Parts: sequence; C-alpha cells; structure tokens
Amino acid sequence: MKPEYKIISDLIDKDTKVLDVGCDDGTLMEFLKINKNVNIRGIEISKEKVQTCIAKGLTVIEGNAEFDLKQFPNDSFDYVVLGQTLQAFINPETVIKELLRVGNKAIVTIPNFGHWKVRLNLLFKGTMPITNSLPHDWYNTPNIHMCTIKDFVGFSKIINFKIFKSLALINENVSDINKSNLIFKNLFGELGIFLIEK
Amino acid sequence: MNKKQNIKTLIVEKPLKLDCGQTINNFPLAYETYGSLNNEKDNAILVFHALTGDQFVTGINPVTKKDGWWSYAVGSGKSIDTDKYFVICANVIGGCMGSFGPGHENPKTKKIYGTDFPVITINDMVNAQINLLDFFGIKKLFSVVGGSMGGMQVLQFISNYPDKAKTAIPIACTSSHSAQNIAFNELGRQAIAADHNWSDGDYNSKNIVPDKGLAVARMAAHITYLSKKGLQEKFGRKLQERDDLKFGFDADFQIESYLRYQGSVFVDRFDANSYLYITRAMDYFDLVKQFNGNLSDAFKNTKAKFFIISFTSDWLYPTQENKDIVIALNAVGANVGFVEIESDKGHDSFLLNVPDFLKALKNFLDKSYAEKLS
Repeated sequence: MKPEYKIISDLIDKDTKVLDVGCDDGTLMEFLKINKNVNIRGIEISKEKVQTCIAKGLTVIEGNAEFDLKQFPNDSFDYVVLGQTLQAFINPETVIKELLRVGNKAIVTIPNFGHWKVRLNLLFKGTMPITNSLPHDWYNTPNIHMCTIKDFVGFSKIINFKIFKSLALINENVSDINKSNLIFKNLFGELGIFLIEK
Repeated sequence: MNKKQNIKTLIVEKPLKLDCGQTINNFPLAYETYGSLNNEKDNAILVFHALTGDQFVTGINPVTKKDGWWSYAVGSGKSIDTDKYFVICANVIGGCMGSFGPGHENPKTKKIYGTDFPVITINDMVNAQINLLDFFGIKKLFSVVGGSMGGMQVLQFISNYPDKAKTAIPIACTSSHSAQNIAFNELGRQAIAADHNWSDGDYNSKNIVPDKGLAVARMAAHITYLSKKGLQEKFGRKLQERDDLKFGFDADFQIESYLRYQGSVFVDRFDANSYLYITRAMDYFDLVKQFNGNLSDAFKNTKAKFFIISFTSDWLYPTQENKDIVIALNAVGANVGFVEIESDKGHDSFLLNVPDFLKALKNFLDKSYAEKLS
C-alpha cells in the first residue's frame, strides 16, 4: 500500500460518500471502506484494473476522468480523491474544476517535480529527470503536465480554489506545508497532498 | 415435436392489462429453474432471455436437444453458479416455447391467434414474469440478469418493481431501440411477410410454415450479432468444400453456407409469428420516452446495485448506449458499476465463451451475494 493512503484516509470523515478517480486496483477504496466506513465508488481507465476491483467487490466505472466526470451531478460526493494523476491530464484545470463540482471537497496528490533529486538530475545530467516516483523517459511518460508543490499552491490562486490543508510527504513522514516553509517543503517533499474546496 | 411434456407452466390467473389496451388472464407462462431455493429464499436470480432464446438456459434443451443458450454462463461452478443460486427463466409472452403466444388457440374463435394475437411490449413481458415471484414465495430476488432484449427486461423490471431485486445486470442492451435496430428488425419481418406461406399470419390453419422467410430473417439478424473482424477472421473468403469459384449462385463461400445453415436450423425451433411479435416488442421499447425524456426517473426509486456490461465489437447495442444507462443511474446517485469487455465476437459475445466477461459476471454476483445486501 502506498504510504499516502493512510494520510488521505485521515483527511476523510467517517460515513461519507467518496469517489476515487483513477482508483487503480482499488487498494485505497478498500482501505477507506474498512477504516472510514465510507460509501465509495471508483473510476478507472484500465479494463484490467476494473476487473481487479470487481473481483474485490468494489463498485467501479470504467472511464476516463477527463470526460466521464461530467456524468455526475453537482455535489454527488463528500470527497473526490485524485491520486498522483493530475499531471497526466490534457487539461488539469478542467479536471480540478470538475472534481470540485462533483465533490464538496477534493483530495489531490501530486508527485513533486521541485524535489531536490529532480532538480539535481536536470542540473547535472542535463536530461529529463528519472526518479523512483517518475520512472519514465521523456518520450513515453504519461506525465505531460508535471508541477511542483509551489506550482500547485500558485495554481489555487490562478483558478480560484481554496486549499484547506497541504501536506508534504518526506521519507514516509508527513508534515504541514505553510507559507514560511514552502520553499523547504518544495525542495524535500516527494509528494504534495492537498485538501481543497471551491 | 412433443413439447408439452418437458415444459413447466404457470397459469397466471391474475388479469394482466397489456400496453395495447387488451387484458389477458388465465394465460400460460412457461418457465424452467436450475439449482435450489434456499430456506431464506434470498438466492434467486431471474434470467431474462433475448429475442430467440427460451426458458432452457443451460444443460440440454429438452425440446431442441441442443445446449441451453447460456450454457457458458449458467451452471454448476459457472458465473451464475447453480450450486449457489436458484435460477429462474421464463419464456416471454409472445414467444413459442410454451408461454402465451401467437401459436396459441384463441378461445373465442377456436382458431390459432396468428396475427390476431395482441401486440405485446417489454413492459408486458416483465409484468407477466413478476407472477413467478409470488409462485415461488420470493419477496426479493437476489438478481435480475439478461443480455440484449433480456437486458431491456432487466431495466424495465427495476423501473416497474424497484424493490424486488437486490442487484441488476443489464448486458449489451439499450434503454431505447435505435433507428438502426428497428431497421434490421423490419428487414426480418418483411422477409417473413414476403414468404407466400406466411399467408398474412394464418399459416397454421394451412399446415404450412414460412420457413424461407423466417430463415432469411435469421440470416440477416445473425450478421448483426457478429463483428466484421470476427467474420473476417473466421471465414475470410474461404470457399465451401470446393477448390474454385463455380460461377453460379450456390454457396461458394463458407460464410454463405454458414448463414444458410443458421437460417435452416432456426426454422425448426422458432415460430415466424413469434418472431414478428417479439421484434415488435423490442422496437417499441423506449424507457426514455416512458419517463418523458428523463431516463434517470426510471431508476430514482431503486436501491438495487447495478452492473452494466458492454462489448467493444458490439455495433448493434454499442458501448455508448450502455453508458447512457450508467449516466442516467449516476444522475440519481444509484450504485452502478460498468465495464466494457474487449471481444471481437460482436453482440453475441455475451452468449459465447468470453473469459473476461464470464469472470466479471461471476465476481460481481459472488461478491454482492457475500455482502448480504438488504
């Protein structure tokens, strides 16, 4: 299980209705179902992973978040979770707006492109960074819109959404991000985890 | 063919008002069951058959002596596991495997109904079959399942009886028959009508059958059940038991021979007038219109857990039409899962050995049953 699942779970109230966008093999869905007794649904683009979810008894819709979120009415869910996929969308702005239309709150996690290893990689090698969490080459990466923790914070002002809680994951330890430590967290955080609202 | 001795029949005494305005009562509903109903009576699955199906879902069909139409999916240890579930399937009214249909005698005229039989709808079919629940003493079905026209019956069933099934699995179907669907059905009906033997539907009294027309109807329909890729891979331009073209109109190609065979075996088991009535019922099916343009309203009162399944190569009831049902269900916050199964076997995929489909169906049913839904 990914280390951030526990952190995401801590951000979610019990007995709520949750949509996991890009739910993968349903690991987070199962974890939330057991720990928070949530009514949980998933959307997943891979047929194989949808099958895995069905085998776990999870309610999942095969679909693409970029096009298929529009079928849900406003405020269908208390929380919508988008784990490490924002950077893979053609239009991240539309996706964020859709998350916040469909859910009262959204939890977005992003792999931090501002991490020092990424920076050094580019600085010294002069090639597109390849790290544990970003294992692809530039020509085959699904991550077409990489951003940093700082970028995401700035994005909230550009397209107008509120960040309720921002957390950084460093060596499996979680810590708060605030104005005074943003530069530091943007350098050392491997993952940014944000609880947002419109 | 001595059908009757192998057919279980429920005589439905309760009057049923049909959509056409007529009321029927004391009519036969032929059914079959597999597996056994448990003490809690919570393991029953009502399977709805498609256009040319019947109540003999699995095992050897006692009338045709062939495998049941859903033998891949239903049986001991299979997707719909008869060791675990009690499977019920009825022949639709309008059909020709024992249920009230155009081949029956009209008590008023003492003649076979033929085209005097009332036009029936998917709604009528479902309203006839609900009587099976009382008959077996089942308060709530564990599931309603069906593909193609069977899927339409699933949708209509939930809409009519929102609290009578815990789960619903409409497969490769639509909420509203498209112009293309109607066009193909009309082609089939006109093929039957063009057969001189059809005699305006009165062929029974003359002891003849419009077998040529019905065979052509089946051949045309059969093409719509397959995909171009599937046909090409199976038949290509392969010749039938000959080394070269014969410069005539015999079946030179294997695909011609295959279709002719499909047509010829079909006429032995199916009634031409039933074909007219059932295709008409499908054409009239428009759940969207029943709810004044808002399909979601059909499902707003149900707590049933849905699982919608479509197939990549099904161009008769394409994925988008199945997804429209998912969208309507999401709009009312229903519990709905959806998967599109990769298959080049066309619309017929749901009847064939498509492992991903059979696996998904089994997993959904078994996991949902373990959940003990209320």
